[in-house]
Amino acid sequence: MTLKVTGLVRRHAGNAAPTLKGLSFDLPAGTLTALLGRSGAGKSTVLRCVMGLEPFEQGTVEIDGVVVRGTKEVSPQERATQLREARARLGLVFQSFELFPHLTALQNCTLAPVQVKGEGQQAAEARARELLVQLGLEHRIDAFPEQLSGGQKQRVAIARALAMEPRVLLYDEPTSALDPSMKNEVLQTLKRVDATGVTQVVVTHDLALARGVEHVCVLDHGVVIEAGAPAEVLQAPKHETTRALLKDWT
Amino acid sequence: MRRVRVPLGLVLVVTALTASAKEPLRWGADSQGGAPYVFQDPMDPTRLTGFEVELAGLLASRLGLTSQPVAGPWDKLLELLARGDFELALNGIEVAEEKKRVALLSRPYFAAAEVLTVRRADASAPRTLEALAGRKVGTLPGSLAERIAQRHGADVRTYEGGQDEIYDDLKLGRTDAVLLDDPVARYYADFDEALESIRGDFGVVEYAIAVRLDDQPRLEALNRALDGLAADGSLRALYERWGLWTAATAKLLGDADATPRAHAIEYDRWKTAVGHLPPFWERVRTRYPSYLPLFMKGAALTLLASLAAMALAIALGVLLAVGRRFGPGAVRWACVAYIEFFRGTPLLVQLTMIYFGLPELGVRLDPFAAGVIALGLNYAAAEAENYRAGLESVPRGQQEAAQVLGLSTLQTLRFVVGPQAVRISIPPMTNDFIALLKDSSLVSVVTLTELTKTYTTLANSTRDHLGLGLLVALCYLLVGLPFARLARVVEARFARHLSREAP
Repeated sequence: MTLKVTGLVRRHAGNAAPTLKGLSFDLPAGTLTALLGRSGAGKSTVLRCVMGLEPFEQGTVEIDGVVVRGTKEVSPQERATQLREARARLGLVFQSFELFPHLTALQNCTLAPVQVKGEGQQAAEARARELLVQLGLEHRIDAFPEQLSGGQKQRVAIARALAMEPRVLLYDEPTSALDPSMKNEVLQTLKRVDATGVTQVVVTHDLALARGVEHVCVLDHGVVIEAGAPAEVLQAPKHETTRALLKDWT
Repeated sequence: MRRVRVPLGLVLVVTALTASAKEPLRWGADSQGGAPYVFQDPMDPTRLTGFEVELAGLLASRLGLTSQPVAGPWDKLLELLARGDFELALNGIEVAEEKKRVALLSRPYFAAAEVLTVRRADASAPRTLEALAGRKVGTLPGSLAERIAQRHGADVRTYEGGQDEIYDDLKLGRTDAVLLDDPVARYYADFDEALESIRGDFGVVEYAIAVRLDDQPRLEALNRALDGLAADGSLRALYERWGLWTAATAKLLGDADATPRAHAIEYDRWKTAVGHLPPFWERVRTRYPSYLPLFMKGAALTLLASLAAMALAIALGVLLAVGRRFGPGAVRWACVAYIEFFRGTPLLVQLTMIYFGLPELGVRLDPFAAGVIALGLNYAAAEAENYRAGLESVPRGQQEAAQVLGLSTLQTLRFVVGPQAVRISIPPMTNDFIALLKDSSLVSVVTLTELTKTYTTLANSTRDHLGLGLLVALCYLLVGLPFARLARVVEARFARHLSREAP
């Protein structure tokens, strides 16, 4: 087990029903998983809760043996410690990438390793270069984000996350900010990362992307309604909502 | 306990013997007050001149001290005296009850009759006190002349600037008459053909030297020195040279002869220097070069005070902005309270509180420190708001991205949000610095002679307001423009990453 989410409850202020109603899933190490569901199903909220960008009231998030508990269950200090340890094992690629605009691609990738992990500048740069080259950015290493295309920005964002050597890498809608012709390129990138053994979780609305992964989870109203290999879930959906969703997408 | 009585004379002798011969006699005056009291010599503006400058010199040498003038605004002289910025105030201070409450006054050293001045060509001009009722009358604030004009029902206009402006307004028809002390009328109105000075029985004002309430020994020493100067004819000789030996003064000094025996050489020098202002270009060639050192000195003080105040404003502004954005509740509240207080109250009030008010609490700052601190504290509020706008302009996602990578709040501020916010904050910061450069003229109320004060005093002693005004404007531009340019360079540097051109 690398990422296990158990009984997650997240209530947004002002909403009658919780966004997450005891959501659970357990992803084996090294898999590439897609989280599917309609808008409002709770997909992005799960990612934000796992990353600690949003609090959750109840349940646990477990990464590699590190457990983060809900705000109702532990003191804020304890939770902060848990989150810090969990974040050291996690990475997130934002939908809008959120590259630091005043730093070059290389500097984006070395800032956290040097400042957070205390790596030497040279070692961090060497590793960052290696990652950028692996992701096909050898000619854009010293470019500023503003000078990159959407796809290049996304790959820098992935390299930036990978530079921190996460066990689990999360993606929020990786194809939505890109030109449709780029979708295949995104899948290729995910597969390249998959080959390195990192567990990846992709929130997506993109059926083509979902078909290319190893495992899918379908969310509805804050719970997982169906999970399994894409061949099963997408070819022969058992749940009515999944069928409706697939019908909408095709 | 037995009291030991020591004769005062012995004390003074001992004091005189033990004091170093070079000990200064610090006396406060406002050179903006103009001729013939204390003013810059129009022919050599680096030199302070005036009959009171000479009187201070005579007194100092009688007391075995060196005369050291200290500049301060005329209406603040007694406060500066009480604060300890100098030991005596000597600058046309009228003998009046309200002054005796805040300072000890010496025996009067000069008596001046009030003089009514009108436009010569104005047939309906008020030429008696009774005729002043309902007419517009210009004078100096807080003077006997003001009280007399008010008593006679005049519509009184008072002027904070120089005497020159009072007579200029009369000539321009903005007022109908001017009531002022005889020396002022002599030096600013008498030789002007457009004006007519009427010397009637309008009242007499006496000038005295002010010392601190607790400084009785000094008052006694001064009175003895003044008595000596009156007895040996030094005062009469002094007043004659300045053309100020009048019936009122003769009477005051107990001299039966009101007719001057000597030529008024200083008065003639003044008339020659300012009676007819040479044309502008001639002034540019012949006079202004000699004024440059004064303007440069003023500009240096303006620049130094502004730079120091801006440094303080930036440092404090950053703390306030960060405290307001990221601090816990109490810190946020304190930051907002600070910003609202300093932004919402006048700088002059803050400066006055810091310089004149804090000594009550035992905090005595020197003028430069007080000026810099007041300007810095005030502008910190503006800077804090600038930086807050800069911080808020950085999208929230940037902070989340830093958080996800494990950066602490401080690291996020330093490496991610700060550098992006700076670019947004530079243009308003440049504006603020230019505004601060101009606002620094307020430090003249705490005895500092910066650029604006240099201009106002010089303009008043040379009666050249327009030409020198252009000169001082040029000085401000020369001081400010390089910073505006520098700001653009720095801004471009921070915006490098926004260029879409590939590296």
